[in-house]
Amino acid sequence: MRHLANIYRLGIKELRSLVRDPMMLVLILYAFSLGIWVAATGLPETLYRAPIAIVDEDQSQLSNRIASAFYPPHFTPPAMVGLDAVDHGMDIGRYTFALDLPPDFERDLLAGRRPTVQLNIDATSMTQAFTGGGYIQQIVQAEAQEFMTGTRATPPPPVDLALRVRFNPTLARSWFGAVMEVINNVTMLSIILTGAALIREREHGTVEHLLVMPVTPFEIMASKVWSMGTVVLVACAFSLTVMVQGVLQMPIQGSIVLFLAGAGLHLFATTSMGIFMGTIARSMPQFGLLMMLVLLPLELLSGGLTPRESMPELVQTLMLIAPTTHFVRMAQAILYRGAGLDVVWPQFLAIIAIGSLFFAIALTRFRSTIGAMA
Amino acid sequence: MTAALAARLTGVRLCYGDTVALDDISLDIPAGGMVGLIGPDGVGKSTLFSLVAGARAIQQGRVEVLGGDMADPRHRQATCPRIAYMPQGLGKNLYPTLSIDENLAFFGRLFGQDAAERERRIAELTESTGLAPFRSRPAGKLSGGMKQKLGLCCALIHDPDFLLLDEPTTGVDPLSRAQFWDLIDRIRAERPQMSVLVATAYMEEASRFDWLVAMDAGRILATGTPTDLYARTGTHDLERAFIALLPEARRRGHQPVVIPPRSTEAAEVAIEARGLTKRFGDFTAVDQVDFRIERGEIFGFLGSNGCGKSTTMKMLTGLLDADAGEAWLFGRPLGHNDIATRQRVGYMSQAFSLYSELTVRQNLDLHARLFHVPDAEVDGRVAEVATRFGLDAIIDMLPDALALGQRQRLSLAVAMIHKPEMLILDEPTSGVDPIARDQFWQIMADLSRNDRVTIFISTHFMNEAERCDRISLMHAGRVLVSDTPAAIAAARGSASLEAAFIGYLREAAGADSEAAPPPPVAAPQPSAAGNGAGTSRFSLRRMMSYVRREALELRRDPIRATLALVGSVLLLFIMGYGISLDVEHLPFAVLDRDGTALSQNYALNLSGSRYFVERPPITDYAQLDHRMRDGDVTVAVEIPPGFAQRIEHGIPVQVGVWIDGAMPQRGETAQGYIQSLHAQWLAETALRKLGQRPAAGLVDIELRYRYNPDVRSLVAIAPAVIPVLLLLFPAMLTALSVVREKELGSIINFYVTPVGRLEFLLGKQLPYVGLAMLNYALMVGVAVTIFRVPLTGNLLALTLAALLYALSATAIGLLFSIFMRSQIAAIFATAIGTILPATQFSGLINPVSSLVGAGAAIGHVFPTTYFVTICRGVFSKGLGFADLTQDLLALAAAVPVLLGLCVVLLKKQER
Repeated sequence: MRHLANIYRLGIKELRSLVRDPMMLVLILYAFSLGIWVAATGLPETLYRAPIAIVDEDQSQLSNRIASAFYPPHFTPPAMVGLDAVDHGMDIGRYTFALDLPPDFERDLLAGRRPTVQLNIDATSMTQAFTGGGYIQQIVQAEAQEFMTGTRATPPPPVDLALRVRFNPTLARSWFGAVMEVINNVTMLSIILTGAALIREREHGTVEHLLVMPVTPFEIMASKVWSMGTVVLVACAFSLTVMVQGVLQMPIQGSIVLFLAGAGLHLFATTSMGIFMGTIARSMPQFGLLMMLVLLPLELLSGGLTPRESMPELVQTLMLIAPTTHFVRMAQAILYRGAGLDVVWPQFLAIIAIGSLFFAIALTRFRSTIGAMA
Repeated sequence: MTAALAARLTGVRLCYGDTVALDDISLDIPAGGMVGLIGPDGVGKSTLFSLVAGARAIQQGRVEVLGGDMADPRHRQATCPRIAYMPQGLGKNLYPTLSIDENLAFFGRLFGQDAAERERRIAELTESTGLAPFRSRPAGKLSGGMKQKLGLCCALIHDPDFLLLDEPTTGVDPLSRAQFWDLIDRIRAERPQMSVLVATAYMEEASRFDWLVAMDAGRILATGTPTDLYARTGTHDLERAFIALLPEARRRGHQPVVIPPRSTEAAEVAIEARGLTKRFGDFTAVDQVDFRIERGEIFGFLGSNGCGKSTTMKMLTGLLDADAGEAWLFGRPLGHNDIATRQRVGYMSQAFSLYSELTVRQNLDLHARLFHVPDAEVDGRVAEVATRFGLDAIIDMLPDALALGQRQRLSLAVAMIHKPEMLILDEPTSGVDPIARDQFWQIMADLSRNDRVTIFISTHFMNEAERCDRISLMHAGRVLVSDTPAAIAAARGSASLEAAFIGYLREAAGADSEAAPPPPVAAPQPSAAGNGAGTSRFSLRRMMSYVRREALELRRDPIRATLALVGSVLLLFIMGYGISLDVEHLPFAVLDRDGTALSQNYALNLSGSRYFVERPPITDYAQLDHRMRDGDVTVAVEIPPGFAQRIEHGIPVQVGVWIDGAMPQRGETAQGYIQSLHAQWLAETALRKLGQRPAAGLVDIELRYRYNPDVRSLVAIAPAVIPVLLLLFPAMLTALSVVREKELGSIINFYVTPVGRLEFLLGKQLPYVGLAMLNYALMVGVAVTIFRVPLTGNLLALTLAALLYALSATAIGLLFSIFMRSQIAAIFATAIGTILPATQFSGLINPVSSLVGAGAAIGHVFPTTYFVTICRGVFSKGLGFADLTQDLLALAAAVPVLLGLCVVLLKKQER
């Protein structure tokens, strides 16, 4: 009982401290509202305004048709350039694609000689390189087909392919970006709030005061975990319901309550990480750097930005210890694919296990270092 | 007194929110004298000081200092080299990781002194304050009194004409205090034109001043020489005169402290220490200390600053572990985690250690509850101590807005809120005004005599020491003598305890170090640099002073630099190898309702490619749904019954494929792969079955992947990751630099010294630009040698771009730092302000030209975009200066824009 009362009191103290920093509140609000909007709407849907240049050495009806087949939103209106301008334009990154239609292109095609066109692709911009390349090939073939036969339709193949995209039929990236940003913010904010709160106590000498009071390190830590976890959870719930569903009008497939339950468990692990980092860093500047060092791999390698299966085996294995890996998988399953507890229970178990482990490690570390903090 | 004026205030009024700190003050402060400002805690003395020093912006009225208007920035700039301001609080404007020498040199440089002059002045000042033996010790490791002396030295280094000392001797031991005033007297003898304005809580100090100003509640009560004040009040000492001057309401209830004699019957021992020893490295802070304190006794601890009093107290509270010796509290040996004992003890530390984010009431309430005062009693107890310690009027204020003495009273109230059986109080009355001090002692007397509370207290006030039942004198970690105050004075044959005390200390100090009295301060040589440099618009020396200091702090904190360097390289590895844009190993599974060789062949076609990895087959729709929701498979293929047969007979048949669209990029790529693999399978089947190959389009399209022929992710990613990391780390490093000074108090040096805004900003920025360039070199090295990313272009162009970029990145951090009020907010703002734009909107993954909306807007103005282009250009495309002019210009333009914003937003005064 005394434990609980102390944990509750100290947690309320943390919340009061947070309220005293209006700038911080504004930032939290920004991160979970406007920040989500920016992340959601900034990214293009599929291929968008890919810059293309066309070298028309043929100047025929067909080459004109092909040139006019490229238009926004997939492509920028093509820049009609000479052969000599291609290299420079691609060098400075003005064009990602350069299509070279050779002389006598139309004549060769009419004569059935399968003419060859060259497509230059800037392979340093990898996302556009693949999809854009595919689009351009399709467009050129379809225009040639239509020019020759008057119809774009090819005869049906003996085995048809019925492709259906599930969960996000239009492959809308904004939807993906918004939810992933919420997930990233949950992790970032929870680490910062707890870790920095601990460092601030140390820098302002208030840890010393806590140490002479009848409170245990467990109570101090638990209070920070629950209070800051609650703040993040509330912000997250607000973000999903008001921003993602309300303002951005994006569909959420599964149960938000189930997701928040998982997020709560996840916060248990990340706030523990924050405490742990707070015991390692000796000052706020050190903490800031340490946080970058931990946060970026968590964000980049958990499967939120690029799919896990494409990462090297070693990275995949190592990242299994990160709570974010399981959290991202759980979040994607619930929010995008409408999964229920029957599907995501393994992730729940993993997050609980990791959270308990991290909490125990952080508590041990906190106990052994708190004496030296005063 | 009508001759020259050091300062003149006319109708000055200042409010913090709703609280009036100064209320229509009009005051002339005469020049060339020693002027004392006396008054209870929190009546606006410090506010007045900060206005006169120019540290705080004037709200209403007029403040003239040294003949000019302090509202005029030009006058402030011109006069600040002539003013020296030592703020309240122990070493608040010092830099804890810098040594005494480095702190002093920093101030010397700010006032434009060259190396020889600095050295001469530092030697003089440290010699005459007794700091000379400790010149290489970091300021953070000095005792309170030594910090105060160092603060004074920092103030005196530029021969000011007007010296402002806000409670300079608070927390300083009597011997050091005597030395301190001797020093001031000697300096004044050398420089009679210098005016000094001092606020002090020591009335016997104030009685020696030339002229006094008594303040209360933001108003002036009286001014005049001490004799004038005695005459006006009909008293003979300043303490009484001051009390008589106070309004009736303030005085009410004040009576001389009476401590009834302690009953002589033997009581049990409350605190016992035997051979208590504490070492820090090879420095022994507490050396074999013994004492016994009986229950209900008031035991005083006296001694010079840094003699080990606080360390001893911390060992008793369990904050520090003793290296040798033993101690018992209430007969129980000291335990580190003894919760039950903590409940019985109230402790007050020397430095304020309560929550500055909680109001006075919230602090009291929190502590009452943590000490488990029964719920029903909490409100009553809070109200009771608030009244007892005079906190009622400030009950809903935040500690930061309170005067030092008020904060001390709050700390005391907190230490006593749970009615402990023992109080361990470390200089509880330092900086507290005389009336409050008397009230406090009356409370202690009651507690000791009526409730038999044991009180272990350290103090620098001799009249307080005389009130103790017994006292111990400590010096250099050892107890010199321990007895009743009267017995100590008698044994020494001194008239007063103070004389006895100083005698003991001189004896002890003489034994270990000091030989000759400090040499007189050398005649000040008129220094050209001293006063002239303040007016120049931009001084390289002042900027370098900040550069040097920031660099020193960085060097003293090698972990920070290491984190930044190792961290960025580590992240380069993680991002380089971890982020793969090649979508490969997509998990797929087949629901094969046909089960023929041909249907298996179809599946084999997928699993045979490097893009797909086959998972165990799907058995039914329910499982298909479950496994897709789980993310176990990204692609599910359904082959209908009769698949092979239908193909055999040329009947159209359909293969169903479901793709998980949750990750759009992956979904899109998977879609493309499936389509092409399907076409490939068709072609091969046709070839096998029919012996002919269907034409795949009418045109041959030859693909040329340029710059990165193998389409290796690493080659594409590494040059784009370097800009991201070169933004995140330098920005995070500078993001705390300004806000940290604000939070910890040293920003005051920027307010009151001649350093300009740009000098200050560049000074903070340049060391980190240097670190960032080192970072850049490391990362490029790793990319070229370990990642084998070919560097085909002009390295010089890349390096120039990196320099411009590092300037921008650090300026972005500074901008956040200026904007934010707390370090936490600065970290958070920097994280959200840099990670998202740098990773999503700067061309790392999606080209900026293809972004939309806010993303496009951010992408176009964010410097990372341009550096990504340059980095990719130089690494992969073999570009040089000529091709990159535009991007270089864009980067170059960002620097003045960002720095300009910083300069505009940075305030040279507190508001």
